[in-house]
Amino acid sequence: MDLCQINERVCKGCELCVKFCPQHALEMSEGRNSAGFHPAYLAHPDLCTGCALCAEMCPEAGIVVYRRQKARASQTQTG
Amino acid sequence: MSTIIERPGTQTPEGLNCVFEKPRAMSDKPFHYCPGCSHGTYHRLVGEMIDEFDLMSRTVGVCPVGCAVFAYEYFEFDMVEASHGRAPAVATGVKRCLPDRFVFTYQGDGDLASIGMAETIHAAARGENITVFFVNNGIFGMTGGQMAPTSLIGQKTTTSQAGRDPMLTGQPIKVCELLSSLDGVAYLARVPLSSPKNIKTCRKYMRNAVRCQLEGKGFALVEALSPCPVQWGMTPGDAIDYIDEKVVKVFPPGEFINKLND
Ligand SMILES: Cc1ncc(C[n+]2csc(CCOP(=O)(O)OP(=O)(O)O)c2C)c(N)n1
Ligand code: SF4
Ligand code: SF4
Ligand code: SF4
Repeated sequence: MDLCQINERVCKGCELCVKFCPQHALEMSEGRNSAGFHPAYLAHPDLCTGCALCAEMCPEAGIVVYRRQKARASQTQTG
Repeated sequence: MSTIIERPGTQTPEGLNCVFEKPRAMSDKPFHYCPGCSHGTYHRLVGEMIDEFDLMSRTVGVCPVGCAVFAYEYFEFDMVEASHGRAPAVATGVKRCLPDRFVFTYQGDGDLASIGMAETIHAAARGENITVFFVNNGIFGMTGGQMAPTSLIGQKTTTSQAGRDPMLTGQPIKVCELLSSLDGVAYLARVPLSSPKNIKTCRKYMRNAVRCQLEGKGFALVEALSPCPVQWGMTPGDAIDYIDEKVVKVFPPGEFINKLND
């Protein structure tokens, strides 16, 4: 399963997540969502580390991020 | 395209930890803000504070007039709508009647530093035990991009079409610097919402501002330097860069007052 899940229903295509993803894992889709925006999507799931920097920048609170439990238990939201 | 998981806390798949999700203090309603507008980001941080300090059942927020006028739609706790600029006066009343509640205002720069400047200064001077979350985007967003007291010199707006002229309208008002002479102020900080690192700093400052009220220290305010991509006439990405290149030169970030340990 993808570590970074974008809620395309609320995405407004601002591209801030794409701009700030250190792994260049995100891209904008060609298609449109119901509001008429081109939503972002995880184009390269293999590159995603679950760092959550995209979610931090998303003005729509539209990104959910998971990390594998084996990975170090550092919590992004307490930083 | 990826699956949509809106309330992931209950659905976290086996073997994974959820490290980032929408705060529980927020409703599922999508924001009405323009693409790339930091109102949504700052709302989310407010929601995180309510979750983190477990204040959901005893919070009263006060909404401004401005683009955030419908903020009450996005939170699950109680909110009052104040008339333009009067949020600190309304919050004063709520906090004095219900001192065990966590009471905050959420205000733009037109609301807080223009029409509401008197309420801001007097609430701060009285040392009201309230928390102010201040969004400074340097413009009147809602009404069509008019100049605000916080607009930069040279900034083009619909009411300063050749750029803000200091000979005509003076210099930008720096709210944190202005309030820092008042003894009633317990906490004052400014931070740009321009990168994940700065958003983490903002979270730290907001925690301090919440603690100030919970510990009865007095007036606390956090100013978030925010983009208004639409009224600035920029893409969201360029507006974020503009904050780091131009806005922080006029509005230096940092903590101005912190009486938490006094
Ligand atoms: C008494 C009164 N005067 C003027 C207005 C018009 N008005 C609505 S919002 C606004 C300014 C909002 O700017 P700001 O507080 O910076 O919020 P933003 O929209 O940028 O988030 C003004 C002047 C009003 N609604 N009520
Ligand atoms: S979680 Fe990190 S690596 Fe994955 S898409 Fe978001 S920013 Fe990129
Ligand atoms: S930051 Fe959020 S709203 Fe902007 S493009 Fe990415 S997912 Fe969409
Ligand atoms: S006008 Fe500006 S402040 Fe208002 S929602 Fe749009 S970008 Fe945000």
